[in-house]
Amino acid sequence: MRPELIKEVTYVPYSGNMAAAEAMRQINPDVVAAYPITPQTELMQFFADFVANGLVDSEYIPVESEHSAMSACVGAAAAGSRAMTATAGPGLAYMWEVLGIASGMRLPIVMTVVNRALSAPINIHGDQSDMMGARDQGWIMLFSENAEEQYDNLIQAIRIAEDERTRLPVMVGMDGFVISHAIERVRLLPDRAVEEFVGELKPMYPLLDVDNPVTHGAVAMTDSYMEFKRQQREAMTNAYKVIKEVGEAFEEAFGRKYEHIETYKTEDADYILVITGSAAGTAKYVVDKLREEKSIKAGLIKIRTFRPFPYNDVMDAIEASNCKAIGIFDRAETFGGASGPLFEEVATTQYLRRKYYPMTGFIYGLGGRDTNVNHIEEAIDKLMRLAAGEEIPLVNYLNLKE
Amino acid sequence: MIKGWRELKIGGVITEPGSSEKYNTGEWRAWRPVFEADKCVNCMLCWVFCPDSSILVEEEKMVGVDYDHCKGCGICAHECPTNALEMKPEYLFREED
Repeated sequence: MRPELIKEVTYVPYSGNMAAAEAMRQINPDVVAAYPITPQTELMQFFADFVANGLVDSEYIPVESEHSAMSACVGAAAAGSRAMTATAGPGLAYMWEVLGIASGMRLPIVMTVVNRALSAPINIHGDQSDMMGARDQGWIMLFSENAEEQYDNLIQAIRIAEDERTRLPVMVGMDGFVISHAIERVRLLPDRAVEEFVGELKPMYPLLDVDNPVTHGAVAMTDSYMEFKRQQREAMTNAYKVIKEVGEAFEEAFGRKYEHIETYKTEDADYILVITGSAAGTAKYVVDKLREEKSIKAGLIKIRTFRPFPYNDVMDAIEASNCKAIGIFDRAETFGGASGPLFEEVATTQYLRRKYYPMTGFIYGLGGRDTNVNHIEEAIDKLMRLAAGEEIPLVNYLNLKE
Repeated sequence: MIKGWRELKIGGVITEPGSSEKYNTGEWRAWRPVFEADKCVNCMLCWVFCPDSSILVEEEKMVGVDYDHCKGCGICAHECPTNALEMKPEYLFREED
């Protein structure tokens, strides 16, 4: 029996990486396969300590690449075990092929992605190009605003992934360095409570069940491939409900509320900001500041679930507000697209309700570029001008050296 | 007959051992090896080279090709020293099927 470290709710000063590693310790996965890459390295180092000190039962496989890390997780999950890993930026890019295998084989693998910019130019700092680039690989995608959310999201991700209605892998993103390496107050839950919440994995068609032999990863040609893709779409549709249910169960057990989106002062807002990740914290501060200093009513929608995208939740929040203009904050580029990836989703959201609001996109924080209060204020100023009828381009880089 | 998406097991999992036997890979064939027994000397080179074990042999004699599994690669016809196997376009035969 592994030792019980945290017996009651405990507040600690933790980085995002420490919080994620602590969640993994409490989840106690059967198999963890990982390859170090900045800014995720520290996370796996903490977890390796737990393994070395006998605080987890996990089989820890230090592999030779991220392609192998995900391949090992695929094998472990197909065998019928609970598998976890973590990566960042170029590591996720190197995993890309196997991401689709994990989701296509319907294996409930859970992974932290410490969001990092992609090369070139080479850059180790935070942006969301990595996960946005992998957004069509069939994984459920959650984004965290801070270390505590990363901890909570990882714990919930296990149940979301393993639910029989989904059986899809989940990646949980936190911005590199800004969350992964900054120390914040984190509320840790008791070991036994987390164990109870995640429960035991109920394997489906495990390879290790020798009495019921199965084949995983077989070929599916022109006559059946599409049917399996249709199943994945169905699972993703189900995931919308499952994520919601798990969020409610988490709130009931631990008192912290998790929904697909978080709305911040949108009810009476004239200007809506849509944002995901750590910058939501700064944006909330700006919302308060402008309300207090200039009586400008801005509000914020933070996207927690990016896949499946919560179209109805976003549109409900927009329609319930006094919306005159929407500003989408993208920490990733879609070169040649209308604006960023989040912009495209929110544009689709409006189309689905046949409601159209003036909208523009802000590209910010690429390669870890600072996004400060004044940059978000500058964006809101543009939104006000857009609402007043001024022509504003669809792509606006924030804090760019002109 | 392959089931619809609601009935298929998720992730392409196969729970029936040996079910690949039911899959007729011969459906992929674009060229068909046609056997002429009169020219055959039963040297068995086609049997040795066939990558799909599709050469049918009875009592040490070559008797034909298993068209359910022959993918039409043409190796048998290429190796045959007496031209007892000839590759012909599949469409010439499909209407008969």
